[in-house]
Order: sequence, then C-alpha cells, then structure tokens
Amino acid sequence: MAIGLKKRRRVQLIVIAIFFIFFATFLIGFAFKDGIEFFRSPTQVISESISENEVFRIGGLVKENSLKKDGNKISFIVTDRSNDVAVKFIGILPDLFSEGTGMIATGNMKGMVFEATEILAKHDENYMPKEVADALKEQGIYQE
Amino acid sequence: MIAELGHLAVIIAFMVAIVQSVVPMIGASKGYIGWMDAARPSAIIQFLLIFFAFIMLTISFVTSDFSVKLVASNSHSLKPLLYKISGVWGNHEGSMLLWILILAFYGALVAVFGKRLPIILKARVLSVQAMIGVAFIAFLLFTSNPFERLIFPPFDGKDLNPLLQDPGLAFHPPFLYFGYVGLSMTFSFAIAALIQGSVDAAWARWVRPWALLAWITLTIGIALGSWWAYYELGWGGWWFWDPVENASFMPWLIAVALLHSAIVVEKRETLKSWTVLLAILGFSFSLIGTFIVRSGVITSVHAFANDPERGVFILLILIIAIGGALTLYAFRANSLRSSAVFSPISRESGLILNNLLLVVSTIVVFIGTIWPLVAELILGRKLSVGAPFFEIAFTPFMVVLAIFLPLGAILPWKRAQILRAGSPLIGALSLSVAIGLLIWSLQTGGRILAPIGLALSAWVILGSLTDLLMRCRMIDIGFSAGLRRLINLTRADWGKTFAHIGLGLTIFGISAITAWETEDIRVAKIGEEFEVSGYTFIFEDVSKINGKNYTSDMGTINAFKNNKLVAILKPEKRFYPVQRMPTTEAGINSSLKRDLYIALGDFQDNGWTIRTYVKPYAVWIWIGCLIMAFGGLLSMTDRRLRFASTIRLKQK
Repeated sequence: MAIGLKKRRRVQLIVIAIFFIFFATFLIGFAFKDGIEFFRSPTQVISESISENEVFRIGGLVKENSLKKDGNKISFIVTDRSNDVAVKFIGILPDLFSEGTGMIATGNMKGMVFEATEILAKHDENYMPKEVADALKEQGIYQE
Repeated sequence: MIAELGHLAVIIAFMVAIVQSVVPMIGASKGYIGWMDAARPSAIIQFLLIFFAFIMLTISFVTSDFSVKLVASNSHSLKPLLYKISGVWGNHEGSMLLWILILAFYGALVAVFGKRLPIILKARVLSVQAMIGVAFIAFLLFTSNPFERLIFPPFDGKDLNPLLQDPGLAFHPPFLYFGYVGLSMTFSFAIAALIQGSVDAAWARWVRPWALLAWITLTIGIALGSWWAYYELGWGGWWFWDPVENASFMPWLIAVALLHSAIVVEKRETLKSWTVLLAILGFSFSLIGTFIVRSGVITSVHAFANDPERGVFILLILIIAIGGALTLYAFRANSLRSSAVFSPISRESGLILNNLLLVVSTIVVFIGTIWPLVAELILGRKLSVGAPFFEIAFTPFMVVLAIFLPLGAILPWKRAQILRAGSPLIGALSLSVAIGLLIWSLQTGGRILAPIGLALSAWVILGSLTDLLMRCRMIDIGFSAGLRRLINLTRADWGKTFAHIGLGLTIFGISAITAWETEDIRVAKIGEEFEVSGYTFIFEDVSKINGKNYTSDMGTINAFKNNKLVAILKPEKRFYPVQRMPTTEAGINSSLKRDLYIALGDFQDNGWTIRTYVKPYAVWIWIGCLIMAFGGLLSMTDRRLRFASTIRLKQK
C-alpha cells in the first residue's frame, strides 16, 4: 500500500510539474511578443522596413554637433558612420551621454525619426556597448 | 614588499587547498582517521592565508601604494578612507579575492564550529569546499592577479569609478558574495551526501543554517543593490530585470526553495533527492551569475569593462562543477530513499508547490536572461529581453505563490482536510478581498495591478498573523495563557512569521509604487514653483559645492503640502575630475507614506531640467526585505539547528 501511495504521489507530482512547465512555456511564448527588443544599427534601420508599432533598440555613436536640447526635448543623430538616424527623446539624458560616444536607445520609428522612450546609461565611460561595438566593426570603423 | 607577501600567501593557500581537496577525501573513503583530520587545520590555515593576503591588499589601498597596478587603476590619494577600503573589492581582481576569502571563511567556520559533525561527512564537505577553492584561486592567480606591480608607478591613481563611491555600494558586494558563496556550503554538503549515499534529518539540520545564512546575506545584498540603483542612478527605478540583477536573483529564488524543502527533509524525511538537487542548483546559479557578471557575454547596463578570456575560465569551472555534480547526482540519487508518505492536501504538498513554483519561475528568469546569447549564437539576431517579458512571464508565478502561501503554511503535516485546516483563514481572506475591491473601486482608471497586489499583500500578512494566533491558541485558551504560549513559540516559528510578513510588505511596496507613482519632467528656473500629485515644489537655488574629490552643483528644492514645509530636497549633479565623470545624486525625502524624489539634470540657458517623482510607500520594498532577512536570522538561531542538540537527538 505504502509503495502504491508513493508511486501515485510521484505521478501526481510529475503531472503538476508538467502543467507548470507548459504554463511557463505558454507565458514565455506570449511574453516574447512584447518583451523582446531587437537591436538594430542605423544601417539596418535604413535598409529594413520596420513597423511603427515595433519597439526596438537602436545603437551607435552620437554624431558630433548633432545634439540639440530644447527644455527637456532632446534630439540628436545616431550614426554608424555609414548611415544616420535622427532620434527624439523627452527626458533627462544619462550622465555619461555625450557626442562621439556610444549609446543605446529603446523606442520606435515614427516616419524617419526614432522616438526614444529610454536611453541607456553605462556605469563606465570606457565601456562600449557590445552591440554598438559589433555594429561599428561591421562598418569597419571600430577596432579593438 | 607588502603586495609580494600577499601574493605569496595566496600561492601557499593554493597548495594548502590542493592538499585539503585530496587528502581528506581519500581518508574518508579508506577510513584513515588521520587523513580525514587533516581537513580541519588545513581549512583554518587556508582561511588565515587568504585573510592575510586580503589585509595586504587593503594596506596597499589604504596607503595608496600606486606601484601596485590594481591600486593605481582603482584608487586615488584624495579618496575618502571608506572608499579606499571599498575600492579593494570595487574591481574585478579584488572582488575575486573577496570571493575566495569568503569561500575559505565558510570552510573555516565548518572546521571550527562543526566539531560535532560526523568526521567522515566533515572531511568530505571540507574537501569539496577546497576543490571549489582550488578552482577559484587558480582563476585568481592565472588570470586576475591583484598583486601585479607596475614598473613605473604613476604619481597618483586613476580613482575608483565614482558611481561606486557610495556607502550603499561599499557594502553591497560583500553581502552579495556572502550569499553567493554561502551556497557553496550547501553544495559541498550535497556532494558529500551523494558520495556517502545517505541523507537524514540530521543532515538537513546541518544544511539549513548554511542555506539560511546564504539566503539572509543574499537578501540584504540584493536589497542594498536595488536601493543604491534607486538613489544613485537617478532614474527612480529600483529593479530593471537586467542580466546582472537576474544573476543574483536566480540563486536567491533557488535558496528560498532550498530553505523550504530542507524543512521537509528534517521533519518528515522525504524530498531528500530533490533537496540535494536544489542545493546543487543553488550554487550552480551562483556560478552562472559570476560568469554572467564577469564575462560580459550578455550586455548589461551594469556592465563594467570585462575580459572574455576570464569568462572562458569561469565557464570551465562552471561546466566541471555543474556537470560533475549532476553526473554524480544521476548515479547516486536513487540511493537517497524517502520513507514517509503524505496526502495531496498537507504541509508537504504545500511546500512542494512552493518549490515547483520557485524553480519554474527561476527557469523563466534564466531563459529571459540568456535568451540574447542564444538568439545571437543560433539565430544570428541581436536582441535584448526587456522588463515586459519578466512582468508577463514571471509575475504570474509569484501571484500563484502568494495565493497559496498562507494556506500551505497553516496546513498540518502528513494529512489535512482543506476546509477544516483552512477555515481560520476565512477572516484574513475576506478582509484581503475587501481591501482589494475597495481599492479597485476607489481607483479611477489605474492599473489592475494595484488592487490585486494590495489584496495579495494583505492576504500574506493577515494569513501569517492568523497562523501565529492559531499556534498560540489565543482564542481557545484566553489572552494571557495565549500570550505565554506566543512568547514560548520557537524562533523558527517567529522566523517564518517575520519572513512571510516581510514578503507581504515587499509585495505591498512594489504594487503601490508600480501603480501610483507620479513623474514630472520639466525645465525650471530658479524661484519657479510647480506641483506634482498634491505637493508644491519651490526651486530655491543651485550652489557650487566642493567635495573631497569632486565638485558639485547642489540644488535646493523645498516641498510643501497644504502650505506646510514638509521637506528640503538637495539633489546633486557631481563631477569627479580624476575620472572626468559626472554622476547624479538624487535628492530623496523618505517617509513611511511616500518618497519625494528629485534628480537634477543639465543647466540650459533658461533653467535646469528637473525630474520629480512622488513614490507612495516606496520605502516598504526595502523594509520588507530587511524584515524577511530578520526572519531568516531568527530561524537560523533556533535552538533546534544548533549542532549540539542534533547530536543529542541522534543518540536517543
């Protein structure tokens, strides 16, 4: 009897565990729709057609002399030295944001302008975001 | 000379660790008492050596010896003393030395206080602990030597990253490492149990204090990190689902599961192989976390410059440790027989549900964390997984967990009837639902999250209190007799109550801040007045301040409510000349009811950018964490878990 009970418990346990895993898989699949943000370089943004609803990350260098501030409305150009994309942002820029350095922004395209909702800060000024470094390498700009 | 002494001490410690990982293990399998006894002194000597090395490095930092490369690149003579000391672990090499120090410290603790541990078990535990030590000391010596000298020492150092010059972050890494590395102890116990082929209640009683200690320090470490991000980064956020944060959160979740399943092993002698598996998984996630943080393979906002070669070394350690442990587990888990049976409605089942939810949610976090890496390797797409993913895929599991928590906690062991056991909770249930409905009806168009979250937090807190009342039977036997019983409850019971209430409070803080915070961004001139969610702010002035190693623009903003001055906020925009780096110090006024939070932005021709938040009940997120940790501490100091009583119980 005791062994039968143990076996039954084990089967029940496995059934519940499988249920949870299915539930998790379902949630993950569902969450991937909203939660995944693709990374694109300016060149990719120019060459692909991107839905205005798609939230993604753009990364590259902040083009020199392109940063304009009007109150908390900020605009600048992000470049991978082959192509440029204009970025608009409302808010406060991170401390380490400056012209000529790497940056990553999250947002979506409105026409030809990228409207950023968030601009990522880095803790270390020498640090180049990996995606940005790779994107620049593809364009032959950045060398290690 | 000092740095060389430190280096030498690490090299000797490396030799000692090699001996300690081999000799006691052989002794334990051959039954040589003398060989097994070697574990104790070598664990203590290993710790003393590493401690000596750590002190040598600290002296180099405090005396600003810039001929040591690490000091030159991470310190500065003008830096305040606290940050000279915290600078020791504010960089890769030093933090790995701290890692090893804590690892050796845990080993020495077992050697000193584990006098009553069975000698074979102790020998094996210390041997496994030393194997981890060998791997990490080798890592330190061969890839990240903190004692490296410069041939031409600079006149002054390059200074520590200013973001790290902060009291919150000075103590964040030690706590986090105590937690991470603490899980190595439960890992060693699990491996020893697998080699030995048996797990019993006594084993669980030895493992639980280590799991608790690791969990407590991890909780405090994560809370400190989140608090630091909250006030230092100036974005007003407290959790970003960033890979580096997830790296500490995954072992935390597994540690919670382990704590609970160890109770079942101890009380009911079942779930043995599962508990051993959790102990292995816990440390595995610590290693994965170390890998993620140190290798930089996954882009993180917290990333510091890192080195892929080191990542490969940690990856090797990780593969050997996890692979070896799981292989051993596959061969030996069958020998860990459980005897007890239990019904589907019982405390055991409740704890199993807790475990399943925690493990599955850890897997969800894990998938979200490594997905960018998988996508890049397999699909060739660069992407990142943002907060929405975790909110959708992780939160539901926590909601289910909170729903079942009070019920599982009140069920008796072995067999229970859900209606009878659950009936005392009806009061708590109806009150929580009422609170949820009330908030839902008062709220105009806000997110559904607030009523659900607040109802859940009320349910968890009230449920825990009901459990406490039931335990002292205050209703049956009268107030004074009940009070006496209440005082005499074991510390483990109190620990459980505090930990669960702490969780409830954290849920409360998270729900409130997520649902009701208000944000305002504007450009304000000096003297300007503006209003955010019932508070009037007057921007008084901005003045230049000279700190010890920085200059600062410090704003003064007075906050009024109903024409009464409630707070003077002093947000700063600092500039550290040595690293040429600006930082933001938010001005925060905390109270139990709300945080007023102001970050100062750039100066422009017509004024300063100012970001203002009113965050209701924010501080409860961290108060909840502290109460959770306090609950853990109570539980850890329970008499039952002390070694002496274990022995007495065994002798019966």
